[in-house]
Amino acid sequence: MSESGSAHIVDDGRRITIEGDWTLEHVAHLSAVCARLQRTPGEAARIDARGLGRVDTAGASFLLDLAGEDPQRIDVADEATRKLIAAVSKAENAPPAKPRRKDRGFVASVVNIGAALEAFWKNLVALVGFIGLILAAFARSALQPRLWRMTSTVSHIEQTGLNAVPIVALLCFLVGAVVAFLGATVLQEFGASVYTVELVGYSFLREFGVLLTAIMVAGRSGSAFTAQIGSMKAREEVDAIRTLGLQPVDVLVMPRVLALLVSMPILTLVGMLAGIIGGAAVCVFTLDVSPLMFITRLHETTTVRHFWVGMSKAPVFAFLIAAIGCLEGFKVSGSAESVGAHTTSSVVQSIFVVILIDALAAIFFMEINL
Amino acid sequence: MKDAEPIIRIRGLRNQFGDFVVHENLDLDVFRGEIIGVVGGSGSGKSVLMRAIIGLGKPAAGSIRLLGEEVSTMSDAKRALIDRRCGVLFQNGALFSSLTVAENVAVALTEHHDLDADIVNRLVMLKIALAGLPLDSAEKFPSQLSGGMVKRAALARALALDPEILFLDEPTAGLDPIGAAAFDQLILTLRDSLGLTVFLITHDLDTLYTICDRVAVLANKRILVADSLDVVEKFDEPWIQQYFQGPRGRAARRATETHPAKQSAGT
Repeated sequence: MSESGSAHIVDDGRRITIEGDWTLEHVAHLSAVCARLQRTPGEAARIDARGLGRVDTAGASFLLDLAGEDPQRIDVADEATRKLIAAVSKAENAPPAKPRRKDRGFVASVVNIGAALEAFWKNLVALVGFIGLILAAFARSALQPRLWRMTSTVSHIEQTGLNAVPIVALLCFLVGAVVAFLGATVLQEFGASVYTVELVGYSFLREFGVLLTAIMVAGRSGSAFTAQIGSMKAREEVDAIRTLGLQPVDVLVMPRVLALLVSMPILTLVGMLAGIIGGAAVCVFTLDVSPLMFITRLHETTTVRHFWVGMSKAPVFAFLIAAIGCLEGFKVSGSAESVGAHTTSSVVQSIFVVILIDALAAIFFMEINL
Repeated sequence: MKDAEPIIRIRGLRNQFGDFVVHENLDLDVFRGEIIGVVGGSGSGKSVLMRAIIGLGKPAAGSIRLLGEEVSTMSDAKRALIDRRCGVLFQNGALFSSLTVAENVAVALTEHHDLDADIVNRLVMLKIALAGLPLDSAEKFPSQLSGGMVKRAALARALALDPEILFLDEPTAGLDPIGAAAFDQLILTLRDSLGLTVFLITHDLDTLYTICDRVAVLANKRILVADSLDVVEKFDEPWIQQYFQGPRGRAARRATETHPAKQSAGT
């Protein structure tokens, strides 16, 4: 460690002598030294810095403080130090920026609430607009097979559909087993444990199969869509697509929406089957229901309309997840942080919308006795 | 000055990626207070050389002494101390995109020194002004800056800890000629006032002719020659002749002959 800088008043305040190192590592001390000396006003004081050790821009800045920002009042030993002080002085005389004020009071929190509400509303409007844009693109390209981007679509089907099969199947299997366990435990008290079969069948065909799949897909593929399009947006690739005479909606969005429209129903079917198998496994091992009995009972009590109720929601969820994922991607601006923020927002929004619509649909189907 | 111990001393350096050898038996000395320009064709390994010196890439063989310490065998604690004495300006700025310009510059100050917020703020503003940025850009994010301003902001961050050596990777690439000339003068001023040593990778012939004390030519996997421009220009090697005797090289030399902008280093 080097000797920290110091300053002393000599000749009754007409001169201040400088010693030691005036560098960044001693800045806290130098700041205190300067504050102390400035309290004793020495108008005509000259700064005698000939005994100065090492000095850098931080030290030079504090030397200038002592000299009242006048480099002429500092006597230095060598040319290099003089140039350094001159450069720092010039930089410090740059016009100051307007100070920014941060209000953290009551008004600011009200303003925040208002801004959040407005952002929510704008988000909603943007989403509805974007859905319209996708539908228009569909209509435009539906009759022109030349515009179908098969390669891209198939690639996305592989990524969002095929690659998701194991995780969706495993997840639904486990939840199916849990539901069967709960059902068996509660229904046993009424001596009605065989109704576990219906519980598993109904819940997975109508709700859990499609809901669990949608949540998995939102977390897996919706986020990926946002990150892919978002980083393209950040690197001006989306603008490049536009300048090549192509529509980003056609090139980037359509294949992803189509891919999810194909993948989601298939994954939903996988999820339903895996959930029922999970439930069946629990029934076989804890309720002494043979696999054949399980299937027969399921066949007798559960009609196919439950399957269609569940399956009808799959394309709707697929469309919304893809639309939200892509739209959030297009909202990305510039920074890496922005990509992260919009990916999070994409997942949260998709899952929220999926559960909301699922709840509304449950009420709707109940009211029409399906 | 030149008889002193060089601030960077490279001997027998070899860098390779798999079987692809980038540098073989490369020697280079950089002396305190000079601006050394490193030139070479695209893909000749200029950036790889810089990364090896600052310890971001591990060389396959050879010795690099930076500020008197062997880079490859340095302890982590030593490495951190040496890193603080080097400032690096990456080719694309590498500003942290989620931080404002002021926060970018403040990172090193707050991480390495226990300073009051207002002292940090004051030093940050000083560096931003030294780098020639208007102070109202301090609160902007990198994505809101133009290319030239990004370079200046990155320079301000590189200067944050008052380094002894400044590594610049193509600082004027992508700047307009006026901006590039201003940046050249800025580096010259900073060198003269702060006593920096500058390791400068560039393709910009104007920069070479205007501010470099010495030029090192990187070709055929090693430094062919490292000397003042007059000597390098006359070096008998086809690539160097093409480089300096091509239309751009001749134009750049004519420009400096008519307007001798180069100022003598007062150190």
